[in-house]
Amino acid sequence: MTKPPLKTRRKLTIVDYICFGLVGAIIAYAIYRVSDVLVYNWNWSRVFNFVLYYDEESSSYVPNLLLLGIATTLRLAFWATIVAATIGLIMGYMRTSKNLAMRMISRCYVELVRNIPPVVFIFIFYFFLSGQLMPVIGLDDLDKNGTFVSSGIFYILFGDPKLFSNFVAGALCLALFEGAYITEIVRAGIQSIQKGQWEAARAVGLSRLNVLRDIIFPQAIRKILPPLAGQFITLIKDSAIVSLISIQELTFLATEVASTTTKVFETWIIVGAMYFILCYSFAATFSHLEKRALRARR
Amino acid sequence: MSNLSTTDRKIDPDILISFQGVNKWFDHFQALKDINLSVKQGERVVVCGPSGSGKSTMIRCVNQLENHQQGTIHVCGREVYSNMKQLEQVRREVGMVFQSFNLFPHMSILQNVTLAPMRNGKISSAEASEIAMHYLERVQIADQADKFPSQLSGGQQQRVAIARALAMKPRVMLFDEPTSALDPEMINEVLDVMGELASDGMTMMVVTHEMGFARKVADRVVFMDEGRIEENCSKEDFFTGGRGERAEAFLSKILQH
Repeated sequence: MTKPPLKTRRKLTIVDYICFGLVGAIIAYAIYRVSDVLVYNWNWSRVFNFVLYYDEESSSYVPNLLLLGIATTLRLAFWATIVAATIGLIMGYMRTSKNLAMRMISRCYVELVRNIPPVVFIFIFYFFLSGQLMPVIGLDDLDKNGTFVSSGIFYILFGDPKLFSNFVAGALCLALFEGAYITEIVRAGIQSIQKGQWEAARAVGLSRLNVLRDIIFPQAIRKILPPLAGQFITLIKDSAIVSLISIQELTFLATEVASTTTKVFETWIIVGAMYFILCYSFAATFSHLEKRALRARR
Repeated sequence: MSNLSTTDRKIDPDILISFQGVNKWFDHFQALKDINLSVKQGERVVVCGPSGSGKSTMIRCVNQLENHQQGTIHVCGREVYSNMKQLEQVRREVGMVFQSFNLFPHMSILQNVTLAPMRNGKISSAEASEIAMHYLERVQIADQADKFPSQLSGGQQQRVAIARALAMKPRVMLFDEPTSALDPEMINEVLDVMGELASDGMTMMVVTHEMGFARKVADRVVFMDEGRIEENCSKEDFFTGGRGERAEAFLSKILQH
Protein backbone atom coordinates (compact mmCIF):
# COMPACT_ATOMS: atom_id res chain seq x y z
CA MET A 1 0.00 0.00 0.00
CA THR A 2 1.29 3.41 -0.86
CA LYS A 3 1.02 6.08 1.77
CA PRO A 4 -0.55 9.43 0.97
CA PRO A 5 2.04 12.20 0.77
CA LEU A 6 2.62 14.07 4.02
CA LYS A 7 0.88 17.40 4.28
CA THR A 8 3.31 20.20 3.55
CA ARG A 9 3.70 22.54 6.47
CA ARG A 10 2.39 25.96 5.55
CA LYS A 11 5.07 28.59 5.77
CA LEU A 12 4.60 32.09 7.10
CA THR A 13 4.86 34.75 4.44
CA ILE A 14 5.85 38.39 4.71
CA VAL A 15 2.18 39.38 4.90
CA ASP A 16 1.78 37.19 7.98
CA TYR A 17 4.74 38.83 9.69
CA ILE A 18 3.34 42.27 8.96
CA CYS A 19 -0.03 41.28 10.45
CA PHE A 20 1.58 39.86 13.57
CA GLY A 21 3.74 42.95 13.83
CA LEU A 22 0.73 45.26 13.70
CA VAL A 23 -1.18 43.34 16.34
CA GLY A 24 1.92 43.24 18.53
CA ALA A 25 2.39 47.01 18.16
CA ILE A 26 -1.20 47.70 19.21
CA ILE A 27 -0.82 45.50 22.29
CA ALA A 28 2.49 47.12 23.19
CA TYR A 29 0.92 50.58 22.88
CA ALA A 30 -1.99 49.54 25.11
CA ILE A 31 0.42 48.23 27.73
CA TYR A 32 2.44 51.43 27.52
CA ARG A 33 -0.70 53.57 27.99
CA VAL A 34 -1.82 51.54 30.97
CA SER A 35 1.51 51.32 32.73
CA ASP A 36 2.98 54.77 32.06
CA VAL A 37 0.24 57.22 31.22
CA LEU A 38 -2.59 55.85 33.30
CA VAL A 39 -0.97 55.67 36.69
CA TYR A 40 -2.61 52.59 38.11
CA ASN A 41 -1.66 50.47 41.00
CA TRP A 42 -2.07 46.87 39.94
CA ASN A 43 -2.93 44.41 42.64
CA TRP A 44 -3.84 41.00 41.25
CA SER A 45 -3.54 38.97 44.42
CA ARG A 46 -6.27 40.97 46.11
CA VAL A 47 -8.75 39.91 43.41
CA PHE A 48 -7.38 36.39 43.17
CA ASN A 49 -8.33 36.02 46.79
CA PHE A 50 -11.93 36.25 45.63
CA VAL A 51 -11.43 33.29 43.36
CA LEU A 52 -9.69 31.09 45.90
CA TYR A 53 -8.55 32.06 49.35
CA TYR A 54 -6.37 30.35 51.88
CA ASP A 55 -8.33 29.43 54.94
CA GLU A 56 -6.04 29.55 57.97
CA GLU A 57 -8.33 27.47 60.17
CA SER A 58 -8.63 24.44 57.91
CA SER A 59 -5.29 25.29 56.27
CA SER A 60 -6.60 24.66 52.76
CA TYR A 61 -7.74 26.66 49.73
CA VAL A 62 -11.47 27.44 49.71
CA PRO A 63 -13.48 28.70 46.72
CA ASN A 64 -14.51 32.29 47.13
CA LEU A 65 -17.20 34.51 45.56
CA LEU A 66 -16.04 34.40 41.94
CA LEU A 67 -15.68 30.64 41.84
CA LEU A 68 -19.06 30.25 43.55
CA GLY A 69 -20.42 32.69 40.98
CA ILE A 70 -19.22 30.62 38.06
CA ALA A 71 -20.83 27.55 39.65
CA THR A 72 -24.12 29.42 39.75
CA THR A 73 -23.62 30.49 36.14
CA LEU A 74 -23.15 26.84 35.17
CA ARG A 75 -26.24 25.76 37.10
CA LEU A 76 -28.24 28.52 35.44
CA ALA A 77 -27.01 27.50 32.01
CA PHE A 78 -27.76 23.85 32.68
CA TRP A 79 -31.35 24.32 33.81
CA ALA A 80 -32.12 27.09 31.37
CA THR A 81 -30.88 24.90 28.52
CA ILE A 82 -33.13 22.02 29.56
CA VAL A 83 -36.19 24.25 29.80
CA ALA A 84 -35.27 26.21 26.66
CA ALA A 85 -34.77 23.00 24.69
CA THR A 86 -38.21 21.79 25.76
CA ILE A 87 -39.79 25.10 24.78
CA GLY A 88 -37.80 25.10 21.54
CA LEU A 89 -38.80 21.58 20.60
CA ILE A 90 -42.51 22.26 21.07
CA MET A 91 -42.48 25.76 19.56
CA GLY A 92 -40.21 24.64 16.73
CA TYR A 93 -42.65 21.92 15.80
CA MET A 94 -45.52 24.40 16.04
CA ARG A 95 -43.66 26.70 13.64
CA THR A 96 -43.87 23.97 10.99
CA SER A 97 -47.43 22.92 11.83
CA LYS A 98 -50.27 23.04 9.34
CA ASN A 99 -52.49 24.58 11.99
CA LEU A 100 -52.62 28.36 11.62
CA ALA A 101 -53.19 29.12 15.32
CA MET A 102 -50.17 27.01 16.33
CA ARG A 103 -48.02 28.72 13.74
CA MET A 104 -49.16 32.16 14.87
CA ILE A 105 -48.53 31.50 18.56
CA SER A 106 -45.01 30.25 18.00
CA ARG A 107 -44.23 32.97 15.47
CA CYS A 108 -45.40 35.67 17.91
CA TYR A 109 -43.22 34.21 20.64
CA VAL A 110 -40.14 34.14 18.45
CA GLU A 111 -40.63 37.62 17.03
CA LEU A 112 -41.41 39.10 20.43
CA VAL A 113 -38.22 37.77 21.94
CA ARG A 114 -36.03 38.57 18.99
CA ASN A 115 -37.18 42.15 18.66
CA ILE A 116 -36.92 43.27 22.27
CA PRO A 117 -33.51 43.92 23.85
CA PRO A 118 -32.66 40.97 26.10
CA VAL A 119 -32.31 43.21 29.14
CA VAL A 120 -35.80 44.67 28.68
CA PHE A 121 -37.25 41.21 28.16
CA ILE A 122 -35.56 39.96 31.32
CA PHE A 123 -36.86 42.89 33.35
CA ILE A 124 -40.43 42.41 32.16
CA PHE A 125 -40.41 38.71 32.80
CA TYR A 126 -38.61 38.89 36.07
CA PHE A 127 -41.17 41.18 37.61
CA PHE A 128 -43.98 39.04 36.28
CA LEU A 129 -42.33 35.81 37.41
CA SER A 130 -41.18 36.88 40.84
CA GLY A 131 -44.27 38.97 41.55
CA GLN A 132 -47.00 36.69 40.23
CA LEU A 133 -45.80 33.23 39.34
CA MET A 134 -43.48 32.35 42.21
CA PRO A 135 -46.09 32.87 44.97
CA VAL A 136 -48.58 30.84 42.94
CA ILE A 137 -46.33 27.78 42.58
CA GLY A 138 -45.37 28.26 46.21
CA LEU A 139 -41.62 28.34 45.68
CA ASP A 140 -41.32 31.14 48.21
CA ASP A 141 -42.38 28.89 51.06
CA LEU A 142 -39.90 26.15 50.22
CA ASP A 143 -39.10 24.25 53.41
CA LYS A 144 -35.49 25.24 53.99
CA ASN A 145 -34.93 22.34 56.38
CA GLY A 146 -36.46 19.48 54.38
CA THR A 147 -34.21 16.45 53.98
CA PHE A 148 -33.78 16.90 50.25
CA VAL A 149 -33.45 20.66 50.37
CA SER A 150 -30.70 20.57 52.98
CA SER A 151 -28.86 17.73 51.22
CA GLY A 152 -25.70 18.11 49.19
CA ILE A 153 -27.36 17.03 45.97
CA PHE A 154 -29.79 19.92 46.16
CA TYR A 155 -26.87 22.29 46.64
CA ILE A 156 -25.04 20.91 43.61
CA LEU A 157 -28.16 21.16 41.46
CA PHE A 158 -29.67 24.44 42.59
CA GLY A 159 -27.18 26.18 44.85
CA ASP A 160 -28.06 27.85 48.13
CA PRO A 161 -31.65 26.94 49.21
CA LYS A 162 -32.11 30.48 50.53
CA LEU A 163 -31.73 31.81 47.01
CA PHE A 164 -33.79 29.07 45.37
CA SER A 165 -36.77 31.11 44.16
CA ASN A 166 -34.39 33.79 42.95
CA PHE A 167 -32.42 31.14 41.06
CA VAL A 168 -35.55 29.62 39.49
CA ALA A 169 -36.74 33.03 38.33
CA GLY A 170 -33.37 33.71 36.69
CA ALA A 171 -33.24 30.31 35.01
CA LEU A 172 -36.80 30.67 33.70
CA CYS A 173 -36.15 34.15 32.32
CA LEU A 174 -33.07 32.91 30.51
CA ALA A 175 -34.90 29.82 29.26
CA LEU A 176 -37.80 31.83 27.85
CA PHE A 177 -35.33 34.08 26.14
CA GLU A 178 -33.08 31.38 24.67
CA GLY A 179 -36.08 29.20 23.87
CA ALA A 180 -36.91 31.51 20.99
CA TYR A 181 -33.53 30.93 19.39
CA ILE A 182 -33.76 27.19 19.92
CA THR A 183 -37.23 27.32 18.35
CA GLU A 184 -35.67 28.66 15.19
CA ILE A 185 -32.94 26.02 15.26
CA VAL A 186 -35.52 23.25 15.65
CA ARG A 187 -37.67 24.71 12.89
CA ALA A 188 -34.70 24.77 10.53
CA GLY A 189 -33.87 21.20 11.53
CA ILE A 190 -37.37 19.94 10.84
CA GLN A 191 -37.57 21.80 7.55
CA SER A 192 -34.24 20.37 6.45
CA ILE A 193 -35.73 16.87 6.37
CA GLN A 194 -36.62 15.95 2.82
CA LYS A 195 -40.27 15.89 1.84
CA GLY A 196 -39.83 12.26 0.78
CA GLN A 197 -39.24 11.21 4.38
CA TRP A 198 -42.60 12.63 5.47
CA GLU A 199 -44.28 11.03 2.48
CA ALA A 200 -42.74 7.61 2.98
CA ALA A 201 -43.64 7.67 6.67
CA ARG A 202 -47.21 8.70 5.93
CA ALA A 203 -47.54 6.24 3.09
CA VAL A 204 -46.96 3.27 5.39
CA GLY A 205 -49.80 4.55 7.55
CA LEU A 206 -47.86 5.85 10.56
CA SER A 207 -49.84 8.14 12.84
CA ARG A 208 -48.90 11.79 13.01
CA LEU A 209 -47.13 11.30 16.34
CA ASN A 210 -45.18 8.29 15.08
CA VAL A 211 -44.07 10.13 11.96
CA LEU A 212 -42.53 12.79 14.16
CA ARG A 213 -41.15 10.51 16.85
CA ASP A 214 -39.71 7.77 14.63
CA ILE A 215 -38.77 9.55 11.43
CA ILE A 216 -38.55 13.32 11.63
CA PHE A 217 -37.17 14.12 15.09
CA PRO A 218 -34.38 11.50 15.11
CA GLN A 219 -33.07 12.86 11.83
CA ALA A 220 -33.61 16.49 12.78
CA ILE A 221 -31.82 16.09 16.13
CA ARG A 222 -28.64 14.92 14.41
CA LYS A 223 -28.65 18.01 12.26
CA ILE A 224 -29.39 20.47 15.04
CA LEU A 225 -26.97 19.18 17.67
CA PRO A 226 -24.05 21.36 16.50
CA PRO A 227 -26.04 24.64 16.43
CA LEU A 228 -27.68 23.60 19.70
CA ALA A 229 -24.26 23.18 21.30
CA GLY A 230 -23.36 26.64 20.02
CA GLN A 231 -26.53 28.03 21.52
CA PHE A 232 -25.60 26.50 24.87
CA ILE A 233 -22.35 28.44 24.83
CA THR A 234 -24.21 31.60 23.85
CA LEU A 235 -26.51 30.96 26.78
CA ILE A 236 -23.58 30.84 29.18
CA LYS A 237 -22.51 34.25 27.96
CA ASP A 238 -26.05 35.63 27.91
CA SER A 239 -26.54 34.49 31.49
CA ALA A 240 -24.54 37.58 32.51
CA ILE A 241 -27.65 39.70 31.93
CA VAL A 242 -29.55 38.10 34.78
CA SER A 243 -27.08 39.81 37.09
CA LEU A 244 -29.36 42.82 36.54
CA ILE A 245 -32.16 41.06 38.38
CA SER A 246 -29.81 40.19 41.25
CA ILE A 247 -29.24 36.56 40.43
CA GLN A 248 -25.95 35.85 42.18
CA GLU A 249 -23.99 34.50 39.25
CA LEU A 250 -20.50 35.37 38.11
CA THR A 251 -21.16 38.84 36.70
CA PHE A 252 -23.29 39.93 39.65
CA LEU A 253 -20.66 38.83 42.14
CA ALA A 254 -17.93 40.40 40.03
CA THR A 255 -19.61 43.79 40.35
CA GLU A 256 -19.56 43.34 44.11
CA VAL A 257 -15.94 42.27 44.13
CA ALA A 258 -14.98 45.20 41.92
CA SER A 259 -16.67 47.68 44.22
CA THR A 260 -15.34 46.27 47.49
CA THR A 261 -11.77 45.91 46.24
CA THR A 262 -11.91 48.97 43.91
CA LYS A 263 -9.71 46.85 41.63
CA VAL A 264 -11.95 47.21 38.59
CA PHE A 265 -9.46 46.21 35.87
CA GLU A 266 -8.17 43.13 37.62
CA THR A 267 -11.64 41.92 38.52
CA TRP A 268 -13.08 42.16 35.04
CA ILE A 269 -9.99 40.78 33.34
CA ILE A 270 -10.10 37.77 35.65
CA VAL A 271 -13.84 37.36 35.17
CA GLY A 272 -13.43 37.66 31.40
CA ALA A 273 -10.74 34.98 31.52
CA MET A 274 -13.02 32.74 33.56
CA TYR A 275 -15.83 33.08 31.04
CA PHE A 276 -13.39 32.50 28.20
CA ILE A 277 -11.93 29.33 29.70
CA LEU A 278 -15.42 27.99 30.40
CA CYS A 279 -16.89 28.76 26.98
CA TYR A 280 -13.81 27.85 24.99
CA SER A 281 -13.44 24.49 26.71
CA PHE A 282 -17.09 23.71 25.97
CA ALA A 283 -16.62 24.78 22.34
CA ALA A 284 -13.49 22.63 22.00
CA THR A 285 -15.23 19.63 23.59
CA PHE A 286 -18.26 19.97 21.33
CA SER A 287 -16.21 20.28 18.17
CA HIS A 288 -14.16 17.27 19.22
CA LEU A 289 -17.34 15.25 19.77
CA GLU A 290 -18.74 16.44 16.46
CA LYS A 291 -15.65 15.33 14.59
CA ARG A 292 -15.74 11.97 16.29
CA ALA A 293 -19.42 11.49 15.46
CA LEU A 294 -18.72 12.37 11.84
CA ARG A 295 -15.91 9.85 11.65
CA ALA A 296 -18.08 7.16 13.26
CA ARG A 297 -20.85 7.72 10.75
CA ARG A 298 -18.57 7.40 7.77
CA MET B 1 -63.02 19.44 0.83
CA SER B 2 -66.41 20.40 2.18
CA ASN B 3 -68.16 19.64 -1.07
CA LEU B 4 -67.30 15.95 -0.85
CA SER B 5 -70.01 13.60 0.29
CA THR B 6 -69.05 11.86 3.48
CA THR B 7 -71.31 8.85 3.06
CA ASP B 8 -69.66 5.91 1.40
CA ARG B 9 -71.50 4.76 -1.66
CA LYS B 10 -72.00 1.06 -2.10
CA ILE B 11 -69.50 0.12 -4.73
CA ASP B 12 -68.44 -3.11 -6.28
CA PRO B 13 -66.19 -4.81 -3.69
CA ASP B 14 -63.97 -6.02 -6.52
CA ILE B 15 -63.00 -2.45 -7.36
CA LEU B 16 -60.11 -1.45 -5.10
CA ILE B 17 -59.46 2.04 -6.44
CA SER B 18 -61.99 4.28 -8.07
CA PHE B 19 -61.74 7.90 -9.17
CA GLN B 20 -64.95 9.76 -9.94
CA GLY B 21 -64.77 13.17 -11.54
CA VAL B 22 -61.55 14.11 -9.75
CA ASN B 23 -60.10 17.57 -10.28
CA LYS B 24 -56.99 18.99 -8.69
CA TRP B 25 -55.30 22.34 -8.86
CA PHE B 26 -51.84 23.52 -7.80
CA ASP B 27 -52.67 27.19 -7.22
CA HIS B 28 -54.08 28.17 -10.60
CA PHE B 29 -52.63 25.28 -12.54
CA GLN B 30 -55.07 22.43 -13.03
CA ALA B 31 -53.07 19.22 -12.67
CA LEU B 32 -55.92 16.73 -12.93
CA LYS B 33 -58.97 17.22 -15.13
CA ASP B 34 -62.08 15.11 -14.61
CA ILE B 35 -60.33 11.85 -13.81
CA ASN B 36 -62.53 8.73 -13.91
CA LEU B 37 -60.74 5.46 -13.40
CA SER B 38 -61.19 2.20 -11.55
CA VAL B 39 -58.76 -0.55 -10.71
CA LYS B 40 -60.13 -4.01 -9.97
CA GLN B 41 -58.75 -6.58 -7.58
CA GLY B 42 -55.77 -8.31 -9.17
CA GLU B 43 -55.51 -5.86 -12.03
CA ARG B 44 -52.17 -4.39 -13.14
CA VAL B 45 -52.54 -0.90 -14.52
CA VAL B 46 -49.60 0.94 -16.06
CA VAL B 47 -49.90 4.71 -16.25
CA CYS B 48 -47.75 6.51 -18.78
CA GLY B 49 -47.56 9.87 -20.44
CA PRO B 50 -45.21 12.82 -20.96
CA SER B 51 -43.73 14.54 -17.91
CA GLY B 52 -46.08 17.03 -16.35
CA SER B 53 -49.11 15.11 -17.57
CA GLY B 54 -50.35 14.49 -14.02
CA LYS B 55 -49.64 10.78 -13.71
CA SER B 56 -47.65 11.08 -10.47
CA THR B 57 -50.20 13.50 -9.08
CA MET B 58 -52.96 11.05 -9.85
CA ILE B 59 -51.27 8.09 -8.19
CA ARG B 60 -50.38 10.25 -5.17
CA CYS B 61 -54.04 11.15 -4.75
CA VAL B 62 -54.84 7.51 -4.06
CA ASN B 63 -53.20 7.64 -0.63
CA GLN B 64 -53.68 11.39 -0.36
CA LEU B 65 -50.08 12.48 -0.43
CA GLU B 66 -51.78 15.08 -2.62
CA ASN B 67 -55.29 16.22 -1.78
CA HIS B 68 -57.80 16.56 -4.58
CA GLN B 69 -60.29 19.39 -4.50
CA GLN B 70 -63.22 17.98 -6.44
CA GLY B 71 -64.64 14.54 -7.03
CA THR B 72 -64.40 11.39 -4.97
CA ILE B 73 -61.77 8.70 -4.59
CA HIS B 74 -62.61 5.35 -3.03
CA VAL B 75 -59.89 2.94 -1.93
CA CYS B 76 -60.85 -0.53 -0.75
CA GLY B 77 -64.43 0.58 -0.25
CA ARG B 78 -63.55 3.65 1.82
CA GLU B 79 -63.73 7.17 0.65
CA VAL B 80 -60.45 8.98 1.20
CA TYR B 81 -60.58 12.45 2.64
CA SER B 82 -58.63 14.33 5.20
CA ASN B 83 -60.04 12.60 8.25
CA MET B 84 -56.67 11.47 9.63
CA LYS B 85 -57.85 8.25 11.27
CA GLN B 86 -59.63 7.02 8.16
CA LEU B 87 -56.74 8.11 5.98
CA GLU B 88 -54.26 6.17 8.09
CA GLN B 89 -56.46 3.09 7.63
CA VAL B 90 -56.48 3.57 3.86
CA ARG B 91 -52.72 4.09 3.77
CA ARG B 92 -52.16 0.80 5.58
CA GLU B 93 -53.98 -1.02 2.78
CA VAL B 94 -52.03 0.78 0.08
CA GLY B 95 -48.30 0.25 -0.32
CA MET B 96 -46.29 2.89 -2.12
CA VAL B 97 -42.89 2.85 -3.78
CA PHE B 98 -41.28 6.15 -4.68
CA GLN B 99 -38.94 7.26 -7.41
CA SER B 100 -36.26 8.27 -4.89
CA PHE B 101 -36.73 5.22 -2.58
CA ASN B 102 -37.19 7.38 0.53
CA LEU B 103 -35.78 4.80 2.90
CA PHE B 104 -35.29 6.07 6.44
CA PRO B 105 -31.53 6.75 6.52
CA HIS B 106 -31.19 6.56 10.31
CA MET B 107 -32.55 3.02 10.49
CA SER B 108 -31.11 -0.30 9.41
CA ILE B 109 -32.73 -2.16 6.53
CA LEU B 110 -34.52 -4.44 8.97
CA GLN B 111 -35.77 -1.49 11.04
CA ASN B 112 -37.01 0.21 7.89
CA VAL B 113 -39.22 -2.76 7.20
CA THR B 114 -40.33 -3.57 10.75
CA LEU B 115 -41.27 -0.02 11.75
CA ALA B 116 -44.73 0.19 10.20
CA PRO B 117 -45.95 -3.29 11.23
CA MET B 118 -44.76 -2.65 14.79
CA ARG B 119 -46.32 0.78 15.11
CA ASN B 120 -49.53 0.11 13.23
CA GLY B 121 -50.19 -3.52 14.00
CA LYS B 122 -48.97 -3.25 17.58
CA ILE B 123 -47.06 -6.50 17.21
CA SER B 124 -43.88 -7.52 19.00
CA SER B 125 -40.53 -6.76 17.45
CA ALA B 126 -39.80 -10.50 17.11
CA GLU B 127 -42.98 -10.99 15.10
CA ALA B 128 -42.25 -7.92 13.02
CA SER B 129 -38.72 -9.13 12.30
CA GLU B 130 -40.10 -12.43 11.12
CA ILE B 131 -42.49 -10.71 8.72
CA ALA B 132 -39.74 -8.35 7.59
CA MET B 133 -37.25 -11.14 6.90
CA HIS B 134 -39.90 -12.96 4.90
CA TYR B 135 -40.38 -10.00 2.59
CA LEU B 136 -36.67 -9.16 2.47
CA GLU B 137 -36.06 -12.71 1.29
CA ARG B 138 -38.76 -12.27 -1.28
CA VAL B 139 -36.96 -9.27 -2.76
CA GLN B 140 -33.68 -11.18 -2.35
CA ILE B 141 -31.95 -8.82 -0.01
CA ALA B 142 -32.24 -10.60 3.34
CA ASP B 143 -28.45 -10.83 3.60
CA GLN B 144 -28.21 -7.02 3.87
CA ALA B 145 -30.72 -6.70 6.72
CA ASP B 146 -28.27 -5.19 9.18
CA LYS B 147 -26.83 -2.59 6.83
CA PHE B 148 -27.97 0.98 6.47
CA PRO B 149 -29.63 2.40 3.36
CA SER B 150 -26.58 4.48 2.41
CA GLN B 151 -24.52 1.28 2.14
CA LEU B 152 -26.77 -0.20 -0.56
CA SER B 153 -26.97 0.43 -4.28
CA GLY B 154 -29.98 2.16 -5.77
CA GLY B 155 -31.51 -1.05 -7.01
CA GLN B 156 -31.05 -2.70 -3.64
CA GLN B 157 -32.57 0.30 -1.88
CA GLN B 158 -35.60 0.21 -4.14
CA ARG B 159 -36.09 -3.49 -3.44
CA VAL B 160 -35.98 -2.74 0.29
CA ALA B 161 -38.57 -0.02 -0.29
CA ILE B 162 -40.78 -2.61 -1.94
CA ALA B 163 -40.34 -4.95 1.02
CA ARG B 164 -41.13 -2.11 3.38
CA ALA B 165 -44.42 -1.47 1.58
CA LEU B 166 -45.26 -5.20 1.43
CA ALA B 167 -44.67 -5.69 5.14
CA MET B 168 -47.96 -3.88 5.83
CA LYS B 169 -49.65 -6.60 3.74
CA PRO B 170 -51.35 -4.07 1.51
CA ARG B 171 -54.16 -4.91 -0.90
CA VAL B 172 -52.84 -2.52 -3.55
CA MET B 173 -49.33 -1.44 -4.49
CA LEU B 174 -48.61 1.94 -6.03
CA PHE B 175 -45.36 2.50 -7.91
CA ASP B 176 -44.41 6.08 -8.75
CA GLU B 177 -41.68 5.83 -11.41
CA PRO B 178 -39.81 3.17 -9.43
CA THR B 179 -36.94 2.84 -11.89
CA SER B 180 -36.45 6.44 -13.04
CA ALA B 181 -33.73 7.23 -10.51
CA LEU B 182 -31.80 4.02 -11.10
CA ASP B 183 -28.63 3.37 -13.06
CA PRO B 184 -29.49 1.33 -16.16
CA GLU B 185 -27.87 -1.87 -14.91
CA MET B 186 -30.09 -1.88 -11.82
CA ILE B 187 -33.43 -1.35 -13.51
CA ASN B 188 -34.02 -5.01 -14.26
CA GLU B 189 -33.53 -6.29 -10.72
CA VAL B 190 -36.34 -3.98 -9.60
CA LEU B 191 -38.59 -4.77 -12.56
CA ASP B 192 -38.07 -8.49 -11.92
CA VAL B 193 -39.27 -8.13 -8.34
CA MET B 194 -42.29 -6.18 -9.56
CA GLY B 195 -43.03 -8.83 -12.17
CA GLU B 196 -42.95 -11.55 -9.52
CA LEU B 197 -45.29 -9.51 -7.39
CA ALA B 198 -47.65 -9.24 -10.32
CA SER B 199 -47.61 -12.96 -10.99
CA ASP B 200 -48.55 -13.53 -7.35
CA GLY B 201 -51.74 -11.64 -8.09
CA MET B 202 -50.98 -8.29 -6.41
CA THR B 203 -53.16 -5.40 -7.53
CA MET B 204 -50.79 -2.79 -8.92
CA MET B 205 -50.87 0.72 -10.25
CA VAL B 206 -47.55 1.63 -11.85
CA VAL B 207 -46.39 4.96 -13.23
CA THR B 208 -43.49 4.14 -15.52
CA HIS B 209 -41.80 4.76 -18.83
CA GLU B 210 -40.68 1.14 -19.08
CA MET B 211 -42.78 0.00 -21.99
CA GLY B 212 -41.18 -3.43 -21.95
CA PHE B 213 -42.50 -3.89 -18.44
CA ALA B 214 -45.94 -2.66 -19.52
CA ARG B 215 -45.97 -5.17 -22.39
CA LYS B 216 -45.02 -8.02 -20.13
CA VAL B 217 -46.97 -7.33 -16.98
CA ALA B 218 -49.82 -4.87 -17.51
CA ASP B 219 -53.45 -5.75 -17.99
CA ARG B 220 -54.37 -2.24 -18.87
CA VAL B 221 -52.53 0.88 -19.97
CA VAL B 222 -53.65 4.39 -19.06
CA PHE B 223 -52.18 7.20 -21.10
CA MET B 224 -52.33 10.72 -19.68
CA ASP B 225 -51.68 14.08 -21.24
CA GLU B 226 -52.16 17.57 -19.81
CA GLY B 227 -53.98 16.30 -16.73
CA ARG B 228 -56.50 14.22 -18.65
CA ILE B 229 -56.80 10.49 -19.21
CA GLU B 230 -56.48 10.23 -22.97
CA GLU B 231 -56.41 6.46 -23.30
CA ASN B 232 -57.61 3.74 -20.97
CA CYS B 233 -57.47 0.46 -22.80
CA SER B 234 -56.23 -3.10 -22.62
CA LYS B 235 -52.53 -3.68 -23.20
CA GLU B 236 -53.26 -5.44 -26.48
CA ASP B 237 -55.23 -2.49 -27.84
CA PHE B 238 -52.62 -0.03 -26.66
CA PHE B 239 -49.63 -1.77 -28.21
CA THR B 240 -51.25 -2.98 -31.39
CA GLY B 241 -52.52 0.24 -32.75
CA GLY B 242 -55.80 0.96 -31.01
CA ARG B 243 -54.39 4.18 -29.60
CA GLY B 244 -54.96 7.81 -30.34
CA GLU B 245 -52.73 10.39 -31.93
CA ARG B 246 -51.14 11.77 -28.78
CA ALA B 247 -50.31 8.33 -27.44
CA GLU B 248 -48.84 7.50 -30.82
CA ALA B 249 -46.62 10.58 -30.70
CA PHE B 250 -45.54 9.82 -27.13
CA LEU B 251 -44.69 6.20 -27.87
CA SER B 252 -42.72 7.05 -30.96
CA LYS B 253 -40.66 9.46 -28.87
CA ILE B 254 -39.76 7.03 -26.12
CA LEU B 255 -39.39 3.93 -28.26
CA GLN B 256 -37.15 5.47 -30.89
CA HIS B 257 -33.79 4.69 -29.40
